[in-house]
Amino acid sequence: MGFDQYHEPPEELPPAARTFARLCASLTEEAEAIGWYEQRLAVETDPEALAVMRDAQGEEFKHFSMDLEFLLRRTSSWRAIAQGVLFQAGDIVEHGEEAEAEALEGDDDDDGGSGGYTNDGTGSLGIGSLKGATR
Amino acid sequence: MSNHLLRSRAPISDSNWKLLDDEARERLTPALAARKLVDFSGPLGWERSAMNLGRVEEVPSTPCDGVTALQRRVLPLVEVRAEFEISRAELRDDDRGADDADLEALDVAAHRIAVAENTAVFHGWADASIAGIAEGTPHQLDLGNAPDTYPRPVAAAVERLLSSGISGPYALALGGEQYQRVVQTAEHGGYPLLEHLGKILDGPIVWTPGVKGAVVMSQRGGDFLFESGQDLSIGYLDHDPEVVRLYLEESFSFHVATPEAAVRLNA
Repeated sequence: MGFDQYHEPPEELPPAARTFARLCASLTEEAEAIGWYEQRLAVETDPEALAVMRDAQGEEFKHFSMDLEFLLRRTSSWRAIAQGVLFQAGDIVEHGEEAEAEALEGDDDDDGGSGGYTNDGTGSLGIGSLKGATR
Repeated sequence: MSNHLLRSRAPISDSNWKLLDDEARERLTPALAARKLVDFSGPLGWERSAMNLGRVEEVPSTPCDGVTALQRRVLPLVEVRAEFEISRAELRDDDRGADDADLEALDVAAHRIAVAENTAVFHGWADASIAGIAEGTPHQLDLGNAPDTYPRPVAAAVERLLSSGISGPYALALGGEQYQRVVQTAEHGGYPLLEHLGKILDGPIVWTPGVKGAVVMSQRGGDFLFESGQDLSIGYLDHDPEVVRLYLEESFSFHVATPEAAVRLNA
């Protein structure tokens, strides 16, 4: 059995980082599956098969969304940027640039933009849940 | 653009902020025991004001006849803050590369706010409308003072939870004094007490500053719900030529969904 979702030795990673990596891997898999179903739907002609695959793709939409929500809840800077980009009308790239600037560079505005340390843009220490940690 | 923490207004360099944030994280993580044992939801942001309970109460009067009204009951989030001062000379030394900055005031504030969180979760906080795990449970047993007898009440607590239909694994939250006794104690034959208790519980044993005695609680999930608005953060108050005044702050609430999913062990 492989453990490809880990880039670093798993035994050196804290439980929260392992959970995060698992959910990132799951998110990737769901996105891949959505793409595969999109291709299958594009070429399939049997209406019954199309209905089955549309239903299956809907499941993947749900799984992807749940994975994403979990990860956003655990990563305040990612969440802050996502809030500026997702479900906003208008220019996606513009929203992305603005959200990134606000989330990651906001606290540095008065410091002359040294490009140095920012914690996560919200000021949070990013501790969150510690379930699974005993020390 | 800065948020309500006003970090960008502080006379603090990037290196200083990293030093302070890293130190706070390092001091808080071991002491934030409640977060190791309850379901943590969030952070949902500083704007989050209340936790939904899904409950209503009748509004006794209405603006006109022929209508009725129910009002939602919610649990307001509480903002908890621990202020501290850091010497600006120490911060300047950090900028010069000193690796031994005096951050004791931050360490004290971190411990205080962790104890406040643990205490609210386990023993409640009436003025903040928080009912604690140990106060709400119908199950209570005596822990006693001799650590080598702890396995008996812990096993009895697990049995009590099983009898109530509460499945495991189970965790043990130990107050500071009790934790120290447990890690120091070996039973007859030299078997470490910590390991014996771990086998009874099939779950973690956690040092929980702020807890009086101990609490055995289920880890199955869904019983103890912590909602975080703003997670722990360092903000800026003001400064003078000598010191900069900062604070650690968070907003949260806590709700016990299943009071019988824990057993209080009185010291």
